[in-house]
Amino acid sequence: MFGFFKKSPVSKAAAPEVSAGWMARLRSGLRSSRQKLQQGLGGLFGGRLDDAWFETLEEALISADVGSKASAALIAELKQEARHQHIDKPEDLKPLLKKALVHLLAPLECPLASNEHRPHIILFVGVNGAGKTTTIGKLAQHLMQQGHSVLLAAGDTFRAAAVAQLAAWGQRNNVPVITQEKGDSAAVIFDAIQAARARGIDVVLADTAGRLPTQLHLMEEIRKVKRVVTKADATAPHEILLVLDANTGQNALAQVRAFDDALGLTGLIVTKLDGTARGGVVAAIAGERPIPIRFIGVGEALEDLHPFNASEFVDALIE
Amino acid sequence: MLDNLTERLSGVIKTLRGQARLSESNIQDALREVRLALLEADVALPVVKDFIQEVREQALGQAVLSSLTPGQAFIGVVHQSLTKLMGEQGAGLNLATQPPAVILMAGLQGSGKTTSSGKLAKLLKEQLKKKVLLVSCDVYRPAAIEQLHVLAQSLGVDWFPSEAGQVPESIAAAALDHARRHFYDVLIVDTAGRLAIDEEMMREIQQLHRTLNPVETLFVVDAMQGQDAVNTARAFGEALPLTGVILTKLDGDARGGAALSVRHVTGKPVKFIGVGEKLTGLEPFHPERMASRILGMGDVLSLIEEAHRTVDRAEAEKLAHKIKKGQGFDLEDFKAQIAQMKKAGGLGAMMDKLPSQLTRGLQSNPSVDDRSLARIEGIINSMTPAERRNPELLKASRKRRIAAGAGVQVQEVNRLLSQFEQMQKMMKMLSRGGLGKMMRGMKGLMPGLQ
Repeated sequence: MFGFFKKSPVSKAAAPEVSAGWMARLRSGLRSSRQKLQQGLGGLFGGRLDDAWFETLEEALISADVGSKASAALIAELKQEARHQHIDKPEDLKPLLKKALVHLLAPLECPLASNEHRPHIILFVGVNGAGKTTTIGKLAQHLMQQGHSVLLAAGDTFRAAAVAQLAAWGQRNNVPVITQEKGDSAAVIFDAIQAARARGIDVVLADTAGRLPTQLHLMEEIRKVKRVVTKADATAPHEILLVLDANTGQNALAQVRAFDDALGLTGLIVTKLDGTARGGVVAAIAGERPIPIRFIGVGEALEDLHPFNASEFVDALIE
Repeated sequence: MLDNLTERLSGVIKTLRGQARLSESNIQDALREVRLALLEADVALPVVKDFIQEVREQALGQAVLSSLTPGQAFIGVVHQSLTKLMGEQGAGLNLATQPPAVILMAGLQGSGKTTSSGKLAKLLKEQLKKKVLLVSCDVYRPAAIEQLHVLAQSLGVDWFPSEAGQVPESIAAAALDHARRHFYDVLIVDTAGRLAIDEEMMREIQQLHRTLNPVETLFVVDAMQGQDAVNTARAFGEALPLTGVILTKLDGDARGGAALSVRHVTGKPVKFIGVGEKLTGLEPFHPERMASRILGMGDVLSLIEEAHRTVDRAEAEKLAHKIKKGQGFDLEDFKAQIAQMKKAGGLGAMMDKLPSQLTRGLQSNPSVDDRSLARIEGIINSMTPAERRNPELLKASRKRRIAAGAGVQVQEVNRLLSQFEQMQKMMKMLSRGGLGKMMRGMKGLMPGLQ
């Protein structure tokens, strides 16, 4: 616990290519969560460091969806550090709080690598309405800008018009979409992998139907999808990404746990961070299942998908 | 559905039991636990604070003095306050207007507006016999209009065509006009998901509201939403004169915080809850039951209702009669029971509604899934009628045959038989009127619950 603050914070080198545009968007999106934190912290930075102060800080963190457990852990760190460094003014503690958060989130910084296999097969999973299909549309664009050829597999065969939705994204990006009139997602995705191989495509993005982890039969179905993908290509799926809605509270943790146990997740994508939602739950996830965050979604436009950067994220949250 | 909260509170209540009386100091811990539990369940902080304050005042007041035990009093107070917080009475839809009654759906992206629109249309059509028209004003998300169209077709509900190139307001006006001309009772208007901070989009929905003058403006909220539920609910509430809330995805696990906060912030009743993606899954919201459930009292009322709906009366009476007469409970009856359990939504759905004290030990067991029921059924189906009536016939070679037939190991057949034996014993106890004894023995006896 203690050596924690001595470790160097994070890769400072990651930022330069990031345009001011999307940072502004992330900041404006996170503005409200920041306001929230600062409302809590407002009277905080000033005044005396005592238990009541720490309790208010804990409440502020909880209000940002950090969760009671992760908040308590952060507070414990801060308390110990304050005692050790003889800090008695709350404002001196602010950089420490930032550092602690960055330290917690830094291991999650790990961009998507999509050139090891060809085709590189990426499976998208998540609960209903998390933003899987939209994210696939954005990611397709992102990958094409990097010069990859992309193919989409319309694996959500359950929800009404989900196939049409993906097809529309495909049309917009001029990307081929593999669909089937009837059939289950495993079959569609299997087909897509064959097609990608035949056409020499670089990346396959496979959509699946939204499912709640409590629906055991649907969790079983997604396991089958994974097995079938492995049948089509022994090294695949190369990525299994869980799409998380940033609006989700502590249930995000349960989602990560359930999907990770069922499938072995390789990454997360956090969507809808442009709203009033906070990234707080990410801290809770980092504490329990440090699965890399591949991207964050900060807007509705095609280009609003960005690699996750811990220190910027924390900056935007509690500047 | 709200297990964690239920469990936490059950634990709290236990620590209070055995205390001589409620005092400021001994409810302090309990209140802290309640506070943490609510926060963990994503109830928004300001709501939690109000709630705790209320419970504290109530608990230290008169109600305590007149009650039986302090523990009971505390449960009572928490339950009452929780019920009150969630809006006391289940409220229905208000359609009392000159037709068409317009229902406007609003909410964040991915909260479940379109699915809920479909479910609502089905409910209105089938239960209230209304003539319903569906229209989508979501010109932004690809295929959103198509999604509603497909839903409308599968429901057999009329759908007003719209296209992505159109302006939402003119779609709404045209749909309203169409609904008037063709004497529809209800027009349900689905809208695009929007962020409360997106001023342009919020203006758009205000404009839609002015055009449509809806009798119901329903705010659709994802039950999994976190602390921010308070902010979005407030923002939507300020922009639109909301009349009610639909809480969706309540079949997810361990959540419900949003249910508590949204009502508190908007002051509007939760009118329906969405359960599952099947189009039947829209249920009326019962605050009282939800409170019971959160408190670990279990949603026994729902369970009973569910049982009434699905359990075959004649079948049950036959079994009761048989047991009364002292005839043996055989594997055929066992199978019939399993079939009934499956009809009632499977074990998971039933366990969900039981008090958490009862189910705590059981629920953590991964074998408690509906597949084990199916396997048991498979095993019994692989037996001959004679074997089912008289399980003593089953020796090694018959067991091997049955196992092969059902595609399971012989051990599983053995396990089923020992479960069945215990069940038989329980039935004998029941016929002798030893209900209390039976309840105590219950834990190990349900199939697949060892």
